[in-house]
Amino acid sequence: MRFGTAAMAVAAIFTLGSSEVSAAELSIVSGSVGADIQELRTQLAEFEAETGHQVDIVEMPASTSDQFGQYRLWLAAGTDDIDIYRVDVIWAPQLANQFVDLRDAMADVIGDHFPSVIESQTVEGRLVAFPMYTDAPALFYRKDLLEKYGRNPPATWEELTETAKVIQDKERAAGSGQIYGFVFQGAPYEGLTCNGLEWVASSGGGQIVSPEGEITINNERAAQALERARGWVRDIAPAGVLAYKEEEARGVWQTGNAVFMRNWPYAYALSNGEDSPVKGKFEVTTLPAEPGSRSAPCLGGWNLAVSKYSKHKKEAIELVRFLSSRKAQKERALTYARLPTIPALYDDPDIAERQPIIAEWADVVEKAVPRPSAPTKRQYNEVSKEFWTAVNETLSGAASAETNLQTLEHRLRRLKRDGWR
Amino acid sequence: MPAFVKRTAFYALVVLIVLFSIFPFYYAILTSFKSGTALFRVDYLPTDFSLANYRDVLVNGVFPLNILNSVIVAFVVVAISLFLAVTAAYALSRIEFRGRGILLLTILAVSMFPQIAVLAGLFELVRLFGLYNSLFSLILAYMIFTLPFTVWVLTTFMRDLPVEIEEAAIVDGAKPMTIVMKVFLPLMWPALVTTGLLAFIAAWNEFLFALTFVSSNDTRTVPVAIALLSGASEQEIPWGTIMAASVVVTVPLIVLVLIFQRKIVSGLTAGGVKG
Amino acid sequence: MTNAIPGAPPTDDAMRTEEQPAARSALSRQRLASAWLFLTPMLAVLAFVAGWPLLQTIWFSFTDASLADLDAARFVGLRNYFEYVDYGDGTGEWFGLFFDAQWWNAVWNTVYYTLVSVSIETVLGLIVALVLNVPFRGRGFVRAAVLIPWAIPTIVSAKMWAWMMNDQFGILNDMLMSVGILSHPIAWTASPETAMWAVIIVDVWKTTPFMALLILAGLQMVPSDVYEAAKIDGVHPVKVFFKVTLPLIRPAILVAVIFRALDALRVFDLIYVLTPNNTETKTMSVFAQENLFQFDQFAYGSAASTLLFLVIAAITLVYIKAARLNLGGGR
Repeated sequence: MRFGTAAMAVAAIFTLGSSEVSAAELSIVSGSVGADIQELRTQLAEFEAETGHQVDIVEMPASTSDQFGQYRLWLAAGTDDIDIYRVDVIWAPQLANQFVDLRDAMADVIGDHFPSVIESQTVEGRLVAFPMYTDAPALFYRKDLLEKYGRNPPATWEELTETAKVIQDKERAAGSGQIYGFVFQGAPYEGLTCNGLEWVASSGGGQIVSPEGEITINNERAAQALERARGWVRDIAPAGVLAYKEEEARGVWQTGNAVFMRNWPYAYALSNGEDSPVKGKFEVTTLPAEPGSRSAPCLGGWNLAVSKYSKHKKEAIELVRFLSSRKAQKERALTYARLPTIPALYDDPDIAERQPIIAEWADVVEKAVPRPSAPTKRQYNEVSKEFWTAVNETLSGAASAETNLQTLEHRLRRLKRDGWR
Repeated sequence: MPAFVKRTAFYALVVLIVLFSIFPFYYAILTSFKSGTALFRVDYLPTDFSLANYRDVLVNGVFPLNILNSVIVAFVVVAISLFLAVTAAYALSRIEFRGRGILLLTILAVSMFPQIAVLAGLFELVRLFGLYNSLFSLILAYMIFTLPFTVWVLTTFMRDLPVEIEEAAIVDGAKPMTIVMKVFLPLMWPALVTTGLLAFIAAWNEFLFALTFVSSNDTRTVPVAIALLSGASEQEIPWGTIMAASVVVTVPLIVLVLIFQRKIVSGLTAGGVKG
Repeated sequence: MTNAIPGAPPTDDAMRTEEQPAARSALSRQRLASAWLFLTPMLAVLAFVAGWPLLQTIWFSFTDASLADLDAARFVGLRNYFEYVDYGDGTGEWFGLFFDAQWWNAVWNTVYYTLVSVSIETVLGLIVALVLNVPFRGRGFVRAAVLIPWAIPTIVSAKMWAWMMNDQFGILNDMLMSVGILSHPIAWTASPETAMWAVIIVDVWKTTPFMALLILAGLQMVPSDVYEAAKIDGVHPVKVFFKVTLPLIRPAILVAVIFRALDALRVFDLIYVLTPNNTETKTMSVFAQENLFQFDQFAYGSAASTLLFLVIAAITLVYIKAARLNLGGGR
C-alpha cells in the first residue's frame, strides 16, 4: 500500500499540476467545546465528497491552554502527522514560524473578511492563519425570570450583581435550591484572561498591556473591577466557578440553574436545542460596563493554519479555503450560531431569521477588545498565565485585588525586562 | 474490654478498609451505566443500566486502537526489559567483579529518576531520530523505568538461589550463557512473570512521556486518551464516557492483579526488605 | 514510574562465593569477561535512554534554547539560574530560577505534598498491614480489595475522584452534606483551601496499599515467639507494639518511606489531571513541564528539571544517611 502511494506521488510529479487526481489523506486538529467536532465532521464530509481527499479529525480537550501546549510541542517536533491546525486568535504571533504563509494562496478572498481579523493573523507580513469564525461573548439572561421579577437586562455590573442576587434569593426561597445568580469562566486558563480583561476594560482599567507594550494593569479601576468579581463568588456564583471553563458554566446554565451566564455565542445555539430545558426562555445582550466606559467583550475566534511540515500543503490549503468560504461560514452560522468573519453575512436574511443573535452581534464583533497578544509577542502565553493567576487568586480570596495586581505588575515587568520578545 | 466489642471493632475496621478501597471504583462502574440527565443525579445504588457509554467508547471511536497501542507498547517494553535483565542480573548476582556495588546503586538511582529530568533531553533524542508520534518513542522512553526495575528484582531473586545449582554446570565446563539458559531460566519463571507483570502495569499506566511524544488519535495510549477524552456529544463533560473508558482499561488490570495476587506481593517485597 | 518497587539490596555477604583456587583462575577470567558481555547491552540502553537525555537536559539549562528552534540554542552560562539585570538607571534586579518566587512556591508545594501524603500513607499503611497480619476469615478477599486502588492507573483514579469531587454533582459533597458535616457544597479541586487536600486524598487512596504490602512483609518476618513471650509476660498489646513490633519493622518502614517519597517528589500526572493550572498544587515537575512546553522557556524549564533532579538526589542522600539505610550492599 505504501508503495502504491509513493508510486502515485511520483506519477503526480511527472504529470505536473495534475496532483488533484491523487486523493490525499489530511488530518486536522481541533479542540472540542460543545458541538465543535460534530460541526467540523459534517463540513468535512462535504469536502471529502467534493474533492475525494480524506480528512481525519484529531480531537483535543476543551481547554485552550492545554491545546496550545500540545500544538507548540508537535510543531517543535516537526511532526508531519497534522496538516491543519485550528488555532485561537491569540496564537498567531507565537507559532508564526511554523505555519505556511497563506497571503498568496488566499489573495482573492482576503478582501471579503474583516480587516481586523486578517490583521490579527498577520505576523511580520506573513498571513499565518485564515479566519474560520470570529467570536465575541454575550451576557445570557433568563428572560422568563427577569420578567417574573420585573427586571431589565443589566447595563452595568452593579445592576447585574443586584438583579442576580435578588432573583437568586427569591427563587431559592420559592424552592429552586440549586439556582445561582451568575456563572462565568473562573478556572485558571486562557478563558479567565478573557473574563478578567472584560471586567477590567469595561471599568476603565485598560487592557493589561497597552498596544504600545506598556504594563498598565496595576491601577485602581482594575482593582475595583476584580474586587467586584470576587464579591460574586459564593454570593451569586457557585464556589466551583473557580474551576469552571465554558462547558461547566454552560452545564449549570443549561440545566436552568443560573440567571445570568457569560459565554460565547455557541451556547446560544445549544441552549436553544430541542432537549434544552432553557429553550426559548432566554435572551442575550452585550456584556455590562461601568458608567462612562464601553462594554468590552473579548475578541475570540478560531482560524485555520497549515503546518509547514505538512506533506500535503496544497490539499491542506484547499481545505482551509473550503472551511473559510462564505458557504461554510453561513452553514455554521445557521446551525451553530458561529459568528462569520465575512461582514456581508451579518445582513443575510436566512441567518437573521434562524439565529437572531448574529445580526445583533455585527456591532459587538467590531468593537471587541483584543487580548494583548500583539504587543507581548512570543511571551503572550506567560503574560496571560500571570494575569489569569492573579485574577483566579483574587476570586478565591487568597489576597486582595490590590496586592495581586501589584504582584502581577512586578512579574510582568520581570518578564518584559527591556522589551517584549 | 470484652472480646465481643473488640471483635466488632476489628471487623468494623476491616469493613471500613474495604469500603474505602473499592468504593471509588464501584462508583465509576455505577456512573458508566448512566446516560443523559441521570448522570447528574447522585445515586448510591445502581439504578440505570444503559450501555450507551460503552458503545461510545468501544464502537464509535478510536479507543480500541488506543488499547491496542498500550498493549503493544507494554508487551514490547516488558519483553526487551526481561531479555536484557536476565543476563545482566546473572552477571550482577552470581559473578563477583570490582565496581559491582556502585553499578547496582547506579541502576537503583536510574529507576528513581524523576521523569521530568530526562524529558527535555529525550524529546530532543526522539526528534533527532524521527521517532516523534510513533510507538517506538514510547518503547524507548519506558526502558528508563522498566529496565532498572527488572534488573534489580531479578538480581535479588537470582542471588537467593543456592550456589549448588550452578556448581555442577560449572564443573561440566558449561559456558555462562548456557548456564543462564539451561540452569537459571527454568527456575526463574515465577520471578519473570511477577517482574514482567509489574513492569507491564508501570508501562500501561505511564502518562507524561505518552503525552509528550505522541500526537495523533490513533497513536495515543490509554492514559492520554482518557485524559484527553472529550466526546463528541453535546453534554458538558462526558463523565459517563470517561468512566466507561476507565472501567474498560481497569478491569483487565484488576483481574490480573487478583490472579497473581500472591506473586505480586512477593514481587513487591522481593527478597524481603531487610534494609 | 508510579509503581516504583523496591527490591532488597543484594549484600556482599549473600553473594560471596567460595574462595577460588588458583586452578580456577582461567574459569573466573572467563566468567568475568562474560559478566561484562552480559552487562553491556543493558548498560548501553540505560546510557542511551537515561544518561544521555539527562546530560542533554543539563546542557539545555545552560543555553537559551527555545522550542521554536532547538538547534539554534546558544550557550549562555548560568543565566537561567541567576543573573543580575542592570536597568541602566542605577537600579537593577536579580533574575533566574534561584530568584523566582514561583519556583520556590513549587518546591514548597512538592515538599509539603510529599511530607503530608507519605506520613498519612505510612500510618494508614501500618494500620492496614496490622489488620492483614491477623488471621481472620475473608483475609484473602480483603487483601485483594486493598490491591485494587494500586492497580488502577493514576490518570483513571484522578478522573474517578474528579468526578466524585465535582462541586455540583459529586457524591462526596452529597455524602458529607447528608451526614451533616458540610452545610454547602465544596468545590474540592478549585478552592485554594482544599485543592492540595484533594490531591493528597487521591494519592493516599492510591498508594496506601503499596505501603501496607511493604510493611506487611516486614511484619511477617517478625518471629511469632516474640509475641508469645510477651503474651506470657502479660505485657499490654499496645506496649508490645511500640516496644517490640515497631522497632523490628522499622527498617521495612524506612525503605517503604523512601521509595514512596521519591515517587511523591516527582508527582506530575495526578496534578495535571485533577487540578490543572492551580498555583496551590503546582509542583516542581508541573512547573518544569509548563516552562518546557507551554511557555517559550525551554531552557528555563530545563534548568528547573536539572534543579529538581539535584533536589531529589540531595533529599535521598540526606535521608539514607539519617535513617542509616543500607541500600548498596556491605554493612
